[in-house]
Amino acid sequence: MGDLDMNTFSTKPEGDGIHTAALTASRVVPIFMAALLGIFIVGGVGFSRIEAVHNAAHDYRHSMSFPCH
Amino acid sequence: MDYFRNIVIVAAIAGALAGLAMTVAQQLTTVPMIVKAEVYEEQGDATATAHEHGAETAAHDHDHGEGWAPADGAERTFFTFAANMVTGVGFALLLVAVSELFGGIANWRQGVFWGLAGFVVFTLAPGLGLPPELPAMPAAELGARQAWWLGTVLATAIALGLLFYSRSLVAVLAAIALLVAPHVIGAPQPVSYESPIPEGLHHSFVVAVVMTALLFWVLLGGLAGFFRERFIHAA
Repeated sequence: MGDLDMNTFSTKPEGDGIHTAALTASRVVPIFMAALLGIFIVGGVGFSRIEAVHNAAHDYRHSMSFPCH
Repeated sequence: MDYFRNIVIVAAIAGALAGLAMTVAQQLTTVPMIVKAEVYEEQGDATATAHEHGAETAAHDHDHGEGWAPADGAERTFFTFAANMVTGVGFALLLVAVSELFGGIANWRQGVFWGLAGFVVFTLAPGLGLPPELPAMPAAELGARQAWWLGTVLATAIALGLLFYSRSLVAVLAAIALLVAPHVIGAPQPVSYESPIPEGLHHSFVVAVVMTALLFWVLLGGLAGFFRERFIHAA
């Protein structure tokens, strides 16, 4: 993992003794992007009313108890 | 962008593996019950439209809607597998993103508890009001159920966040109110519960759905914690 950015998950013990990672904008933006992508994916498969998508994921939706037809 | 990429990598690996395990569990438990329910559904349709008890065709292409549907057998299994993998990654993205807001999942053991929280939010809470249904079971209008499902998921997630990360009594009381509120409002229910599906089959199905979902979430959380240590924390 040598090429990973050291600063993206920086802990900031020098601040006021808080050892959890600081929630800076550089972390919050990627986190929200990832969450949006997740919502888009789950919503697309679980909630889509497009007939073909519904039929393809039919057994999945029943098995995960998504509201289905 | 590296941080975003690492979140996606962790979510992709954990989601795909949990989705794979979920597919195996579903093929062994829930899917055979769905196929069985479709036989009842088709029998119901047949007797309702014409009184034909002749050639009893086994469940072929299920008939919930018009348009394309995967053929039974390998094709249908493949699409269920694909849906499991894709949504596995989707749920993993949500789980990893939310946990990163709170400092990230430290290890696989902590991940198991994050997974349990996901199970409560996405399976237990909405499933109380809207139990898993088999095909041919009556249900209220789809839009209303989806809205209630979404509201319950959101309220339960916020409630768990308050319970775990806030220390004030007011926040705990608010959390309990959020947990209870969707069920006081009540999920949209069908006009009649009459169904061709035997009660016993439905009960077994509910147990199977809840248990496969529990397996999925615990695995997803544990794997996310395991791979986070390698891809995000180590960075």
